[in-house]
Amino acid sequence: MTTFTTPSLSYALLAPILIVLGGAVLTVIFEAFLSKAIRPLVQLSVTLGTLVLALGQLWRIRNESSLTAAMGSVAIDGPAILLQGAVLILAILGVFLIADEDQFTVQAAAIPGSQEERESIQSGEKLTEIYPLTLFAVAGMMLFTISTDLITLFVALEMLSLPLYLMAGLARRRRLLSQEAALKYFLLGAFSSAFFLFGAAFLYGYSGSVSLAGIYDSVSGGTGNSVFLLVGIVFLSVGLLFKVGVVPFHAWTPDVYQGAPTPVTAFMAAATKVAAFGAILRIFYTAFANAYWDWRPFLSVIAIVTMIFGSLVAISQRDVKRMLAYSSIAHAGFLLTGVIALNKAGLEASIFYLFAYGIATLGAFGIVTLVRDSQGEVTDLSRWAGLGKRSPLVATVFATLLLAFAGIPLTSGFIGKFSIFSAAYESGNKSIVVVGVLSSAIAAYFYIRVIVLMFFTDPAEDGTSVTIPSNMTRLTIALSFVITIFLGVFPAPLLNFISSMAIFIR
Amino acid sequence: MISNSLVYLIVLPLFSSAVLLLTGRRADRWGHILGTLAPGISFLIGLYQLAQMLGRSNEERAVTQKLFSWISVGSFQVDASLMLDQLSICFVLLITGVGTLIHIYSIAYMSHDHDRRRFFAYLNLFIAAMLLLVLGDSYLNLYVGWEGVGLASYLLIGFWNQKPTYATAAKKAFIANRVGDLGLSLAIMIAFASMGTVSFAGIKEHAGQASTGVLTAIGITLLIAATGKSAQFPLQAWLGDAMAGPTPVSALIHAATMVTAGVYLIVRSNFIFDAAPNAQLAVAIIGAITLMFGALIGTAKDDIKKALAASTMSQIGYMILGAGLGPAGYAFAIMHLLTHGFFKAGMFLGAGSVMHGMDDEVNMRRYGGLRKFLPITFATFGLGYLAIIGVPPFAGFYSKDKIIEVAFNSGGAKGVILGCAALLGAAITAFYMTRVMILTFAGSKRWDDKAHPHESPVLMWLPMVLLAVGSVTSGFLFTQGNSLQKWLAPVVEQSPAAEGELLKPAVVSILALLLVITGVGLAAMMYLRKPVPVQAPADVSIFTRIARRDLLQDEFNEAIFMRPGQKLAKALGIADNAVIDGAVRGVARLTQGTGRTLGLTQNGFVRSYAMWILLGAIGLLATIWAVTL
Repeated sequence: MTTFTTPSLSYALLAPILIVLGGAVLTVIFEAFLSKAIRPLVQLSVTLGTLVLALGQLWRIRNESSLTAAMGSVAIDGPAILLQGAVLILAILGVFLIADEDQFTVQAAAIPGSQEERESIQSGEKLTEIYPLTLFAVAGMMLFTISTDLITLFVALEMLSLPLYLMAGLARRRRLLSQEAALKYFLLGAFSSAFFLFGAAFLYGYSGSVSLAGIYDSVSGGTGNSVFLLVGIVFLSVGLLFKVGVVPFHAWTPDVYQGAPTPVTAFMAAATKVAAFGAILRIFYTAFANAYWDWRPFLSVIAIVTMIFGSLVAISQRDVKRMLAYSSIAHAGFLLTGVIALNKAGLEASIFYLFAYGIATLGAFGIVTLVRDSQGEVTDLSRWAGLGKRSPLVATVFATLLLAFAGIPLTSGFIGKFSIFSAAYESGNKSIVVVGVLSSAIAAYFYIRVIVLMFFTDPAEDGTSVTIPSNMTRLTIALSFVITIFLGVFPAPLLNFISSMAIFIR
Repeated sequence: MISNSLVYLIVLPLFSSAVLLLTGRRADRWGHILGTLAPGISFLIGLYQLAQMLGRSNEERAVTQKLFSWISVGSFQVDASLMLDQLSICFVLLITGVGTLIHIYSIAYMSHDHDRRRFFAYLNLFIAAMLLLVLGDSYLNLYVGWEGVGLASYLLIGFWNQKPTYATAAKKAFIANRVGDLGLSLAIMIAFASMGTVSFAGIKEHAGQASTGVLTAIGITLLIAATGKSAQFPLQAWLGDAMAGPTPVSALIHAATMVTAGVYLIVRSNFIFDAAPNAQLAVAIIGAITLMFGALIGTAKDDIKKALAASTMSQIGYMILGAGLGPAGYAFAIMHLLTHGFFKAGMFLGAGSVMHGMDDEVNMRRYGGLRKFLPITFATFGLGYLAIIGVPPFAGFYSKDKIIEVAFNSGGAKGVILGCAALLGAAITAFYMTRVMILTFAGSKRWDDKAHPHESPVLMWLPMVLLAVGSVTSGFLFTQGNSLQKWLAPVVEQSPAAEGELLKPAVVSILALLLVITGVGLAAMMYLRKPVPVQAPADVSIFTRIARRDLLQDEFNEAIFMRPGQKLAKALGIADNAVIDGAVRGVARLTQGTGRTLGLTQNGFVRSYAMWILLGAIGLLATIWAVTL
């Protein structure tokens, strides 16, 4: 008989996640009991309130550090605070976009084109399930970045993934495409989760522990069967790399980005990347730190292939959402160089890059939601021609964000790329830096092509128009623009803040 | 010594220029007054500085003012600093003094022009840039002013750019100057590379340790700069065309001040040329060539302004020759520069006055007998004429004879050749200037009855009178007790002990006077005895024809530089399009093609995607296996 010990939890340190989960439960209850007239407003307020509250609590515990907040399953340290904060900030901006109900189907279960669907549209109902789903996903993402054992990691992975699968299928228009995307994402996600679990099993077999610290000790001690370690690292990596969408685990990205409702795409592209890279950084910087001789080569290959593939294929895209998807693949490659660097500068640069990229991504997709014709969003790039002449402000903001993606100075993208490449260079991975800079040059081509299209091409005949954005969409786009420029001109405050925090505890 | 008021010399005209340009048409009514006050006040500041300077002992007369730290890169430190010493005060007073007079003249001369305000803005800009040029304490600061005067000169030559030929003339001047500017920038780079400094004081200090080769290179590149700005051989071709600008511009920029910047540069760099005899000799030779070149062109010009321009070229040749003669000649080069500033500016203003009375006619063959109609202009122009040909006791006599004398006494065959060239130049000068006088003011009238020649208003003739006073007295004042020589002594090295004189000063003066009389007589015989044809005679010797075409300078430039340059540019354009752009386009096509091919992997089937993941996992296993083996 083993004696049962009561688990001790540091509620204050876990409060940010608990608040989000509490909010999620609350919104589920509201979903069931509130009348449909007041539901949208209440759900939105509760969601935003929850996220802001969580962010506030996070700020209060920013100087705390603990490995035992939840019986050793999570770590509260500098990176944990930064990454959770980034997820929350991006989620808040994402919710502003999600609040645009016109993007979402009224009844997700109705078969596209059926009588049932028509009836639900006529009923004038509005879909609000998106809010609890978002909150659950946010909680999963936050947990993913702080988990320190493989079981918690897996739970967090599923917690963030399952809502996202659903959210991807909620588009109001082109519903078949949206549902196809959701299904693909789910099937492939399940497939890669299996890899993750398989890898976790191998690692347990290697070290006899599922905690990252235990794996680190085994690697340092050199005990155990190294084949188990290698297979474990590879399979665990497959599961993680799938989430960030690097080649060859990227194939879902363009289809899902295109099919999902644009606000969901924006949220997913920005926040999921932070969460997944947060977990990758934590695992590779702590558990596998001393096995870098084993994993650096294959991660380098993946980074190189990803950067080149993403940049090259983006060139031939005709759809702005797919182009942004391939762009996100290329950026995942750039971010991997920060993982490979395996030094403090790499960690700092990665966190800065994740935040800067996430902010710019939200703004860019926010603008995509604005360019419409009578059928809804227009994502065909050829119909964006001459946008700069008709809507100079929107086109200018979009151009600025594209320049940030391309890494042009005076934008946050430049600072991010510069710091992440210099970290990789310092660590001695010079070939990766060369490839990174070259693919940045290729990538600049397709970003600037869009700018040329918007400003130096005559407007297309079939009139697309820019709708007047709602205040919240406007806020997201404006903040994205301002932060992107601000971080490009005065990056020092954020860089210094990150630098003072970015140390993983083991 | 430090002075805090130097900067106002420059700031006032610069500020005025900015105000005139930025306020636009609103300033039309009072713009010319502001534009004239600015250099006027600068002149007063200059006089104040002179008074201060006179109150100090000879060694402490130079003052400096640091404005701000301009460039600070590692060990390369350049301050934006101003320095006023005995040499620059001469220029400051010349620029602001003559400049103010010409501004006053322009008020009347340009009164019918719609763009008079803009004209004054450019003139002020020129004054500011020229003052910066002579006040900068390093080659880099000088360079800023050097480029600034080039810009102002371009803007003013092309002031009436509605005429395509005038716009072309402005472009020509600008391009010729750019060639020279390249020389200056090369000189600065060589100096920095070899000595690590660009300030006058710093280079003077290091010049002793530098090798002769380096110093010669700096000297030659500085000479190239001087030939561009001062219209010296072989970059002289732009000056004649520059007469397209309004006449006050010709007087101020293309006679009195800007074109003498080359002389200033060489005299300022005396520590380099004194240590590089070959470069110094090159300076003297260029001066001698140009003084002959300009004089010969002057004999054949019928356009009064172009004749005066040729004369300017020739007179600056004298100054460059003087500067090329080393310590013995620096002071006389500057002296001739100052006297020339008076009499040539006065003559240009006189020419402007004649044009003013003759409906902008410039062809001297259509003048004749104007002395009765423009008596003041005739008198002031005549005094300038006597000064330039070197009749004692007018200004040119003192300054030019001194240069001829120093040339003869510079030793050996070099001295004889340079001296003879200078003497001969004096004779030709007398000839062509007499020709100008006779064609314009003497003889019978050759103009149409439509023209009504009349004397100019007081705002125009007053500056002419004041300049004429300078033409008469300045030479005497500068030489009285060797005052200018002594004044400049701390800046330029003192003349070493003479190595035995070849010709006594009196002999030189008599020789020069005889030749001048010959030139005058020849001109009188040719143009007074029989009536001057209104059309230039066509049946003239080949030499006259060549002289009329500026000694073929344009033909030479076009054949040697312009046409091959155009061909080269065209060929490079084709090469750029085919080779470089072709490569770029090829890479772009290749990249796009690769991207499209890779994009085919995205076939939409979830089974394929899953396969990629599986293959990826296997690939990673293979990689890690290969690495750990």
